[in-house]
Amino acid sequence: MTLEAYLGLPYVQKALLVGVLISMCTALLGVTLVLRRFSFIGDGLSHVAFGAMTVAAVVGLTNDMLLVMPVTIVCAVLLLSVGQHAKVKGDASVAMISVGALAVGYLLMNLFPPSGRSNITGDVCTTLFGGTSILTLQPQEVTLSIVLSIVVVVFFLFFYHKIFAVTFDESFATATGTKTRLYNLLLAIIIAVVIVLAMKLVGSLLISALVVFPALSAMRLFKSFRSVTICAACLSVICTVAGFLSAAMFSTPVGSTIVVANIAVFALFTLGGLIFRRS
Amino acid sequence: MALLTCEDLSLGYEGKAILEHVTFSVNNGDYLCIVGENGSGKSTLMKTILGLRKPLHGTITTGEGLRQNEIGYLPQQTVVQRDFPASVLEIVRSGCQGRQGLRPFYTKAEKKLARDNIRRMGLDDLTRRCYRDLSGGQQQRVLLARALCATGKLLLLDEPVSGLDPKVTAEMYQLISDLNRRERITVIMISHDLGAALKYASHILHIGARVWFGTREDYLQSSVGTAFLQLGGVEQ
Ligand SMILES: Nc1ncnc2c1ncn2[C@@H]1O[C@H](COP(=O)(O)OP(=O)(O)O)[C@@H](O)[C@H]1O
Ligand SMILES: [Mg+2]
Repeated sequence: MTLEAYLGLPYVQKALLVGVLISMCTALLGVTLVLRRFSFIGDGLSHVAFGAMTVAAVVGLTNDMLLVMPVTIVCAVLLLSVGQHAKVKGDASVAMISVGALAVGYLLMNLFPPSGRSNITGDVCTTLFGGTSILTLQPQEVTLSIVLSIVVVVFFLFFYHKIFAVTFDESFATATGTKTRLYNLLLAIIIAVVIVLAMKLVGSLLISALVVFPALSAMRLFKSFRSVTICAACLSVICTVAGFLSAAMFSTPVGSTIVVANIAVFALFTLGGLIFRRS
Repeated sequence: MALLTCEDLSLGYEGKAILEHVTFSVNNGDYLCIVGENGSGKSTLMKTILGLRKPLHGTITTGEGLRQNEIGYLPQQTVVQRDFPASVLEIVRSGCQGRQGLRPFYTKAEKKLARDNIRRMGLDDLTRRCYRDLSGGQQQRVLLARALCATGKLLLLDEPVSGLDPKVTAEMYQLISDLNRRERITVIMISHDLGAALKYASHILHIGARVWFGTREDYLQSSVGTAFLQLGGVEQ
């Protein structure tokens, strides 16, 4: 099949649209996460979501989001807002929760295999790497992704200066009257929601990549918070489109191809940063 | 009525006091230096004044129309800030953030205030530069400009000259002193450089095993002061 014919398929168009929206959201959130040393939260929270999904399956919930969403949000809030003052440092607590949830989830899956599904390894693989699930989106998933992306972008535009203040210097912001707790809470909830949705669609590996790579690449070249944020969002979208198309052309897995595109851009920007600084 | 009054404060972490019976007050136009050994609780005291922590005991009251969020703050530098991609303008403007409420953009007046403070700190040529590419002294002046956007009344400075070379240190002290004398901004500064404290301050708060508060002149006569001076409190 030619690339044109492939892009003409409605399910492919939907997948591309959802991929672009998700990568934009994760890149926007990624800038503040990376700057606060929470790069691994995407990974951690998606593993939490995975753990919660297996619990939901064992309990026999028909709509597992009823369990997955609240659990992930609570974890995000705990990690992001309480984590700052906790005894266990941010990165360590993320690692702990991430690994713990993954292990428990996998254990539960093996102890209580979901009825009608025998391919546990396949299920786990899909959760981690996304598999082809982005190509088999339901109409309501597409709508949800669109609505959510709009919410994230509006949130970001509306609270942009507050996000900057809270990210740059939380103590100063609190001391001078910014409601940092409120914004941290909102941020944590949004991050959790984006990650849960994204992990169902693209897998937890791709989420982590989409959170860290665009932000890190942008920081190599750009020197203000605004330019880093804009650049990260653009890079993320470009890499997703490029990765998606190459995956179609070379029949490679979508998720990992997008990650490779991000790695290539990071390498390019690192090089650019070095040359730029010399001159 | 004093600008800021602290009465019988006890400070500590997890219920354990590290500092007790701190009583002092700051009047409009004062320049208070907080001195004491490392780990004696100077930064903790400052965070408590800012409302970032609750005291274990005692009260803090503000007067003369000073609101809690009208205190400018220059924190002890953290590692995170040093490699942060942000322009000087973005950082200075963020000093106006506290008054913004839910409004998503800065007003003309706030933008002008930021510009004025950038000029006051001599940062005109660096407005678009990246914070992480600046020298230590320039970074401190950026943070001072930000603090001035948050307040026109009271500045709290936590070791503003640590890590700066002697020349830049002297310039920084001069800048702070000018703000205090010419613009009547009240200053509370933590310093472990007793020499500078005694040169510029009007009042001294010495914290540690014994807490002492009074004017600079009295401090030089006090037993706490003379003992600390002999211990080598003066570093230069
Ligand atoms: N977050 C914290 N939790 C527990 N103890 C702390 C914390 N921060 C500081 N301390 C302790 O409180 C004491 C005073 O610290 P600090 O106020 O930073 O001192 P200073 O600024 O005078 O050097 C120190 O002994 C320190 O170990
Ligand atoms: Mg200190």
